This record gives sequence, structure tokens and C-alpha cells, in this order.
Amino acid sequence: MWVADEQQRAMLDTVRRLCDRDIRPYVQEMDEKAEFRREIFNRFGELGLTGILIPEEYGGLELGYSTSTLVLAEIASVSAAYAVSIMVHWLCAAAITTFGTEDQKQEYLPRLASGELMGAWSLTEPNAGSDAASLRTAAAHQDDGYILNGTKSFISNGGAADVYVAFTRTSADRYSGITAFIIEKGWPGVSFGKKENKMGIRACDTRSMIFEDCYVPTSKRLHEEGQGFRVAMTMMDAGRINNAALTLGIAQGAMREAVKYAQEREQFGKKIGDFQGVQFMLADIKVGVETTAAIVARAAYKKDHGLPVTADASVAKMYSADVAMRAAENAVQIHGGYGYMKEYPVEQFFRDAKIFQITEGTNQIQRVIIAKRMLQGEV
Amino acid sequence: MQIAVCLKQTFDTEAKIKLTGDGQIDSAGVNLIINPYDEFAVEEALRLKEKLGGEVVVVSVGPAQVQESVRQALAMGADRAVLVSDPAVAPSDHSQVAAVLAKVLQSEPFDLILSGWVAIDDNAAQVPARLAEKLNLPQVNMAVKIEIGGGKATVTREAEGATEIVEVPLPAIITAQKGLNEPRYPSLKGIMQAKKKELKLLTAADLGAELGASQVKILQYSLPPARQAGKKIEGEPVDSARELARLLREEAKVI
Ligand SMILES: Cc1cc2nc3c(=O)[nH]c(=O)nc-3n(C[C@H](O)[C@H](O)[C@H](O)COP(=O)(O)OP(=O)(O)OC[C@H]3O[C@@H](n4cnc5c(N)ncnc54)[C@H](O)[C@@H]3O)c2cc1C
Repeated sequence: MWVADEQQRAMLDTVRRLCDRDIRPYVQEMDEKAEFRREIFNRFGELGLTGILIPEEYGGLELGYSTSTLVLAEIASVSAAYAVSIMVHWLCAAAITTFGTEDQKQEYLPRLASGELMGAWSLTEPNAGSDAASLRTAAAHQDDGYILNGTKSFISNGGAADVYVAFTRTSADRYSGITAFIIEKGWPGVSFGKKENKMGIRACDTRSMIFEDCYVPTSKRLHEEGQGFRVAMTMMDAGRINNAALTLGIAQGAMREAVKYAQEREQFGKKIGDFQGVQFMLADIKVGVETTAAIVARAAYKKDHGLPVTADASVAKMYSADVAMRAAENAVQIHGGYGYMKEYPVEQFFRDAKIFQITEGTNQIQRVIIAKRMLQGEV
Repeated sequence: MQIAVCLKQTFDTEAKIKLTGDGQIDSAGVNLIINPYDEFAVEEALRLKEKLGGEVVVVSVGPAQVQESVRQALAMGADRAVLVSDPAVAPSDHSQVAAVLAKVLQSEPFDLILSGWVAIDDNAAQVPARLAEKLNLPQVNMAVKIEIGGGKATVTREAEGATEIVEVPLPAIITAQKGLNEPRYPSLKGIMQAKKKELKLLTAADLGAELGASQVKILQYSLPPARQAGKKIEGEPVDSARELARLLREEAKVI
């Protein structure tokens, strides 16, 4: 993809080489075995990727979303699973950056920046998906802290991550009864369910997170009591921009493979790329990639300049997920029967792409958000 | 320990070479990289610096776009760089390139000069030897292991399928072979810091290098002929062996 800035180009070169050497050769095996390798995440840490969004004073690089989106797309063009892993890590770190106390920032951010600690985001519950505000995990006052009880579901990096931003209920009030906490793996009363057996992004661990009389001191509360819903919504605006970039990466990966195959495969004595029917699929993929790239870049720019991005982020996230799904589908189609085989990366892109129409707000929910903003006058 | 690394920018190893109508190489849209053998040299310099202290200075000759590769070496951890960018220096004329590099390397004291043993574009392997001659320094080629101590370098080098261990007094010129090390990639932080490091741009005149007219002129490049399809010899072993021997003698003319 065309990138104007020399520094960003150099960074993408590093990411590309990392992916080529440390991820690509193992992508199929890790998918098959549903195996997350911490050493790959540690490589992200060594090269500074884990701290991209964290302020410099806490050991990060403070490069903003214009860079995080490019980096994430590059990783996702090789492995969507590892892209998800670092994306939710960033989300956790960004929440602590935006809403944490000075002590919390000092304690967690430098180690999240270096990758020594891996982060995750724990919002969804078995009965609270799209309707996140209906969550029920209880946080009851006790001594100078809270006692947590309940179950979170579908947590990416679940069990693998060291630090979780988790959302709980502190009162019956639908929105102002929600409170966020920083939770560490290994604390008494925190455990994880079995690894979910997924259709795609299989190398990223997804587990439920269970609280059983888990004592959490008030010093670990993220922001004020009752502000949890605001924390979640604020962070997910930004999160969706990264999410859009991730799916853009899948579309780019699918495009790369589709072009390569169209140049190699021959039928009827010609390269299949010589057939207009195949060319049209290629062009459709390209148009999807370029339009998404523009939308993502604009949303990232706005975010980095402190402008409101809620609607932009939703447009980008929803559109990009559809583009990736369609691109992966076309890429499989261009590969014919071979595209249905695990030997070719497009098979995995196709399975990986689907989840992004569902997580961090389904595509239906994105439309709800977009239309609501429009009707509120944000046309 | 002051270490200089001579670095050349080359085409990406995966680049498909295309020619223009008049037989020159078409560089449009081609990705440019640090010559991979020079990258081994950069890595080795950084490891020696990490062990022994001192400074790593990257030295290069070429057009302005070479800055991007030089910055990459700075991002890997080199301390500063000198790039001689001068249209008067013909890149294909290794004697000119060596003359310019020699001037830079004479302008301050170095304990060790490293480079790749060959550049993957023209495969000439000329510059380090010429440099050693001009600077009157010992040279060890194709190093796969370098140890420094007591004012000398102990170098394991590849020699015709065997390895040879050589000792040279410093300063010396040592060229890197594949296997010397596995180069690091620049970290994002390294890339950000590289922007602030010194990259001195000079011309041949700044250095007082006497170039004279270039002694090499590239007239024309041509691509190797497309590979012909192989020939399959069928039949009984006795007959096919006889036929194979005949073809090797009469057609391929190798026996
Ligand atoms: C692999 C994976 C990883 C995940 N990672 C995380 C994570 O790291 N952290 C985390 O907190 N959560 C995570 N999730 C949870 C994810 O965000 C939810 O699955 C998602 O928000 C949808 O919720 P749900 O599954 O309960 O579906 P539901 O909310 O039950 O939705 C079912 C269907 O109903 C539709 N629907 C619901 N409400 C409306 C409406 N108002 N209008 C129109 N249609 C509607 C939906 O669009 C969908 O089609 C993950 C999920 C998966 C599968």
C-alpha cells in the first residue's frame, strides 16, 4: 500500500520482515492447532509494536492511530489472529492511558508498552453481547474494595493475557451502574474457561473469564464508580478504527494472494488473469481495499487530532469488515478448488474475515450507531 | 573501538529486473534495500560495539535515495553516517567509488572497516579490495566469524568449501559472508531515533577526491535467454544411457 511518510514506511518494513520471518511460516500450523505463541507477541514487544499508542513518558512511542492502523493492517495481511491479539492489548493499554490514575499508569503502562505484560478487554457476557449495558457481573463493596462474581465470555487473549480491563455492575442503574476494573491473571478468584474452538482467528485464544468471590482493591478501579459504560464506549470508538484497519489488512492479504494466483494459474491455454471474469473480481477487491484505506486513514487522522470519531469509526469498521469478507470470498473464488484447501492462505482469510462483522459491535449495531448520529444532526 | 561500515543500496532480492528500450536497467517502482551482505556487516559492527564500546559509522556512496538505506542502518543502531552523493561519481566505476570511500575513511581514525564481500546487483566484489589497496590495510574476505582482542582480529573465513582462520592486526578491512550473523530489524524506537542522528551529505569535491573521467562505461544490459525446456530421454537403460552420452558430447559439448 502507498504510504507517504518515510518513517512509517521504515516501520512497516520492520513489521513486514517480522511477519515474514516469525509468523508466516507457521500461520497454517498455528491455525490448525489453535495455538497462540507468546514468543511472537514478545517479538512485537522487542520491536516496539506493543507500545505504539502508549505515551512516551510511560515507555511507549505515542505514534497515534495513523501509525497503529498501518501496522495492524500489515500484521493482519499475514495473520488476523496475531493482529487481534495486539489490537486488544492496545485497547487495554489505551483504556488505562485515558482513564487510569497516575499510580495505575505508572504500574501498568511501561510493562504493557514493552510487551512484558499482555493486555485484554473483558466486556461481553453470555447474556450481554450487543446489549453490553445489560451486563451482570457483580462488584459488591467490601472493606476498601469490591468482591466480584460473574462470568465474561469470548475474551480475546483470555487466559494468555496478564492484565484485563473488565466491566462489572455496581448498581442496578442500567448505564451508571457499570464500573470498570483492572484485573490481573493469577489473582485469587479469577479463572478462565476452556479455549473456544473457533471458525477463524484460531491462533488467538478466546476464553471465558470467571470471577468467584474475587477481591479487588479500590486502587484497581478504572475511573469513577458508575463510569464504566462511558469508559467502554469511549474506548470502543477508537478500537473500531483499529478494527477497521485489521480487516483492511485481511483484504490486502487476500488481494496479494489473488493477484499472485491469477498470474500463475493457466486454463484454456491462458493465465486465468487474462479472463475478464477474473479481472473483474480482482478489480472489485482493489476498489474495496483502496476505499477502506481512505476511510480508515481519515478516521485515524481525526482521532489523532482530537476530533469526534464515533460515526467515522463505525462507518470504517462496518464497511471494512464487509470489504474483507467480500475480498476473501473473491480470492477463494479466483483460486477455484485450491482456494478451498488449507494449503492456500486464502482459505484462512475467508474463515478469519467473518468474525469482524460480529465483534466490537456487529454490523447491525454499527448501523444503529451511524443512523443515531445522523438523526442527531451529525449528517 | 571506531568501526566504519561501507554500505551500498541495491535492488530488492525479489525485484524483477526489467530493461528500458536502450538496454538500461529500469529502476521505476523497484524496492531498494541495503545490500544483504552489507547488512551482515552492519549487524556485526553493532554486536562488536555492544561488546567493546565505541562508535559505528556508516559510509556510503550513491544518489540521494540512498539516504533511506543509510537511515535504516542508523535505525538498526549505527551512530552516524556519511553519504557521498555526487553525480560525478559513476556507480559502475568501482575505482571511483573506492577512491571516494577511501577519502572518507581517511578523514578520521577507524580501528575496523567492515563491508559485505559482494553487492548483489553487479556481483563485482571490487570495492573492498580496492579500498584495502588505497588505504594500505590488510583485508580478510568472506568472514563467517570475527573475534577482536589485543589489537588484532581473528577471523574465520570461507575458502573453497573449507574454513580458514586468519589473524590480522587492526586496523583492517573485513568483508562479511552469509552466516556471519542474523541481522536485527530496526525497532520502531530505533527508527524514530534515527531521524535525529547525524547524516552528513558530502560531494567528491568536499572530500578533495580526484576522480578523473570514469573508466567504465555500461553500454548495454541484456537479460539472460529464457530457459529452454528440458529433454527427456526414453527407452531401455542401455539405449538411453548411450543416447545421453551422445547428447552430452555432441549437443551440450560437456564431455
Ligand atoms: C472470536 C470472538 C472474540 C471476541 N473477543 C471479545 C473480547 O476480546 N472482548 C469482549 O468483551 N468481547 C469479545 N467478543 C464478543 C463480541 O463482541 C460479541 O460476540 C458481539 O458483541 C455480539 O454479541 P453476541 O455474540 O452476544 O450476539 P447478539 O448480541 O446476541 O447478536 C445476535 C444477532 O442479533 C443482532 N442484533 C442484536 N441486537 C440488535 C439490534 N439492536 N438491532 C439489530 N440487530 C441486532 C446482531 O447483530 C446479531 O446478528 C468476541 C467474540 C468472538 C466470537
